[in-house]
Amino acid sequence: MFTLGIDSGSTTTKGVLFDGEKIVRTGILPTSANPRDSIHKLYQSLYNDEVAYTVSTGYGRELLETADKQITEITCHARGAAFLNPTIRAVVDIGGQDCKAVLLDNGLNVVDFIMNDKCAAGTGRFIEVMMRILEEDIKNIDSFVEGHEPINITSMCTVFAESEIVSLLAKGADKGDIALGIINSICRRTSFFAQKLNLTGDIFFSGGLAQFEIFRSTLESYLKIPVHTSPLSQYAGAIGAAVIGYNKVKRQA
Amino acid sequence: MQIKKELPEIFNDFGEMRKKSFMAAYELKQKDIPFVGTFCTYFPQEIALAMGACVVGLCSTSDETIPDAEKDLPRNLCPLIKSSYGFAKTDKCPYFYFSDLIVGETTCDGKKKMYEYLGEFKPVYTMELPNSQSPIALELWTKEVIKLKEKLESHFGTTITEDDIRKQIRIMNKVRRAMKEFYSLMKLEPVPLLGQDMFKVLYGSAYKFDKEALPGEIHALVEKIKAEYEQNPNKYPKAPRILVTGCPLGGGADKCVKAIEANGGHVVCFENCSGAKSFDREVDESNPDVYAAIAERYLSIGCSVMTPNRNRIELLDRLIDEFHIDAVVEVTLQACHTYNVEALSIKRFVNEKKGIPYMAIETDYSTSDIGQLNTRMAAFIEML
Ligand code: SF4
Ligand code: SF4
Repeated sequence: MFTLGIDSGSTTTKGVLFDGEKIVRTGILPTSANPRDSIHKLYQSLYNDEVAYTVSTGYGRELLETADKQITEITCHARGAAFLNPTIRAVVDIGGQDCKAVLLDNGLNVVDFIMNDKCAAGTGRFIEVMMRILEEDIKNIDSFVEGHEPINITSMCTVFAESEIVSLLAKGADKGDIALGIINSICRRTSFFAQKLNLTGDIFFSGGLAQFEIFRSTLESYLKIPVHTSPLSQYAGAIGAAVIGYNKVKRQA
Repeated sequence: MQIKKELPEIFNDFGEMRKKSFMAAYELKQKDIPFVGTFCTYFPQEIALAMGACVVGLCSTSDETIPDAEKDLPRNLCPLIKSSYGFAKTDKCPYFYFSDLIVGETTCDGKKKMYEYLGEFKPVYTMELPNSQSPIALELWTKEVIKLKEKLESHFGTTITEDDIRKQIRIMNKVRRAMKEFYSLMKLEPVPLLGQDMFKVLYGSAYKFDKEALPGEIHALVEKIKAEYEQNPNKYPKAPRILVTGCPLGGGADKCVKAIEANGGHVVCFENCSGAKSFDREVDESNPDVYAAIAERYLSIGCSVMTPNRNRIELLDRLIDEFHIDAVVEVTLQACHTYNVEALSIKRFVNEKKGIPYMAIETDYSTSDIGQLNTRMAAFIEML
């Protein structure tokens, strides 16, 4: 028996197949302009006859009519993170168009959360826009900034930061230095935001940026609390959805 | 003075709904009933009622007139203030339009400064509301209540006797008891009606101008709901019981209530203005000094414009126990400093003293954040 978890985020749609113990398959697609297509495509590619229960989450969670249940990304991210690393007591997620921090209790239940969904600064979108100006692929970010000295980016707003970077480039500033400045800026902002929850225990960092060591270590230096990730960080929401689905099936049995 | 009796020039451009509410107000005006427009729960209604006036609430909660207001007022101002000012400027609200006198209070900074501009094109009288509840404050507020009576007498060329006031105190206390009886229905588990429907009644009651008839109507409604409940107590499934507190909700922010109820929660109690805050306390009928009795009752309202604001905590404490509340949702309006600042102490009280979850949402009267609101509320209720 398997359960399927699908996370329809603003940038990517992720899905995992769970057998009760481990994640047996993963899939990821760009959400693109048509989130309904992406979520259905991913569902079809992962679904098989042994899937007993499907849970959808994320912005587009309502687009998958065949799902047995829809659960918010807050609950799913928390559950997924706790599955990947049971020692954590909080989750910080930088998504494509929002940012959230979730506080867990010792039983790994959500006790409080905050969301920033009003402003692009502090989200994956910010990094995306900045990398486009630098004409660099985010995939190489770790090696790109290695050994560089960060340039302080002062603008809080995506639009102003964009023009700040354009003028830095015009002055001949080093691209790697600028990129590191951008990373510092988003991590600093994320840590101020997350600290509103009075975090104390270890943190799980999820979302697309969590796969890059530079984001993890920078975030950790601002938060001054151990920050963990996992190779499956990006799938935390989908994993949580699948895990919750599995528990539901077991309880029903 | 002459009271205003004719319809506004732009009347014919209005939609049906608005025409209807204009006509309802128009008919009252034809009976020579003066309108006193108000903005706040601190307004001592009994004084105006004692001269036979209709007391109309002018707090507007739609974003329709905000662009008009922003021509004069800063953008980052509370939407309630902007919306209200916008309606006054555009003659789109019958109650504004027909108000023969508007009475404001020095509550929050945005409102009291807005009254200065409002006074340029409407007759406005501002009462000085103290921002604490000390004995000195009460002394000032008692004088302000008497001054209001004198202002109404001179403005409308009438006399208001203490007996008239005493009579209105008794009537309004009956209204308060009736409204309390109504919202106390929500102590039932499972609930007999949806929070959004309860809110309509609470909010609508302010626009029922026959205050003597109101308790009877409310009582009949209570009986009807009780009878239906006996027939079918499980109409609404058991769900987490939510208390809503914070800024006045009105029509524009009821999206928060809907978001709670669409995502598995049940709003069983409103502490806001229009809710328990407006009805909880009665005026002391045994006090021979009617002004002191009125001043005492109104000044003790627990709004965040007061410092400290212990009475809000005291009321929340009671409501959370009486209504078996599972979680508290605070709805604040953007740029409402007093409520947004006070949110932390409410969170502390709710989490630490009452041991239940608390969530704050900051919003306005637009519909642009409905998606995010739904996610937040769903996640909050999943956590209960
Ligand atoms: S919230 Fe406070 S200032 Fe606003 S109407 Fe109510 S009592 Fe008045
Ligand atoms: S909601 Fe806040 S800022 Fe707006 S009028 Fe009321 S007290 Fe003032």
